[in-house]
Amino acid sequence: MKCRVCRQPAVIDLRRHNANFCAEHFVEHCREQVRRTIDHFKMVAPGDRVLVAVSGGKDSLALWDLLVELGYDADGLYLGLGIGDYSDESGRYAREFASQRGLHLVEVDLRDDIGFDVPTAAAVTKRVPCSACGLSKRHLFDRAAIDGGYDAVATGHNLDDEAAVLFGNTLRWNIEYLGRQLPVLPARAGLPRKVKPLVRLAEREMAAYCVVRGIDYQVEECPMAAGNRHLGYKEALNAIEASSPGAKSAFYFEFLDKASHLFANRAQTERDGLQACQSCGTPTPGEVCAFCRLVERTAGATPVELTVKAPPL
Amino acid sequence: MQVTLRNPRRVLEVAGPVRVSALLDRLEIHRDTVLVIRNATLVPSDTLLEDADEIEIRPVISGGSS
Repeated sequence: MKCRVCRQPAVIDLRRHNANFCAEHFVEHCREQVRRTIDHFKMVAPGDRVLVAVSGGKDSLALWDLLVELGYDADGLYLGLGIGDYSDESGRYAREFASQRGLHLVEVDLRDDIGFDVPTAAAVTKRVPCSACGLSKRHLFDRAAIDGGYDAVATGHNLDDEAAVLFGNTLRWNIEYLGRQLPVLPARAGLPRKVKPLVRLAEREMAAYCVVRGIDYQVEECPMAAGNRHLGYKEALNAIEASSPGAKSAFYFEFLDKASHLFANRAQTERDGLQACQSCGTPTPGEVCAFCRLVERTAGATPVELTVKAPPL
Repeated sequence: MQVTLRNPRRVLEVAGPVRVSALLDRLEIHRDTVLVIRNATLVPSDTLLEDADEIEIRPVISGGSS
């Protein structure tokens, strides 16, 4: 296979683009996709300070690298989730990436700084671990961005992530969630702007970007996410994509173009009904936000020892 | 050739020569869900893999709910 641009040997073939790229032009392709996304959705303005939510995985490290290479002022925030060896490893990848490039990485540790970890929160609430994990990430990334004076929080959600979330929200016609499933959410009182610059790039492209750019990342999947609903949706969409390359991209971008506005009023109504959390000030539909309720519920709980260990490298 | 798979990590011995696409078909792996890395370099699906090659089939799917 030859590179579409220079006709040199390709390192990757992208069926949904019907294109092959050498390493140099694949990196260019990724940068161009991110640049187009940022410009089209007006995600980041010149001079903005961006806080990248960094997990140590391929998407967030690729995003941080892409933003810096495109000239944006981007710091990272790593959240220690307390998921045993998995969290130890993910933190190491995030720190190494930052130190090798002289970038600024802010760190928050759920156990040390807040008082609980994800396995303990899952046990106390009797809900799937991804629930407490996602809630904690959203709250603490928002708080860090506001406290640090950042203009936007950037997350590494890629095309596969967004298509899978859309698939799940559509299966249940979850109108509120459909109304706010956008690549950029504007800032409002108590919440920073949130942007997803990787939505034009597939999961495989992000992993390939890391390999080509020499970015070491955590390949192993979170031991607590195994078998979750989100992964099931990705599997279903990949089965469709296998016989219809480009289906995921069409599903997501046609939703943005043709349908997302139909749900905007519902999302706006939901936003209008929010008030400041009595404990932390975060906008919430109740008196106390879900994160503060989680902190309260887990206070004094005996830490749960994770029994599932990450597989060896 | 040695073929390393991840999540969980295991190593298979596969006779070469074989193309990447054929190897993935034989292992019943959908090509959009993995990268194939030969001797630390990414390779596309028409690459012919030889007995002396060290191959990693790296999954690319990840997913918490957030």
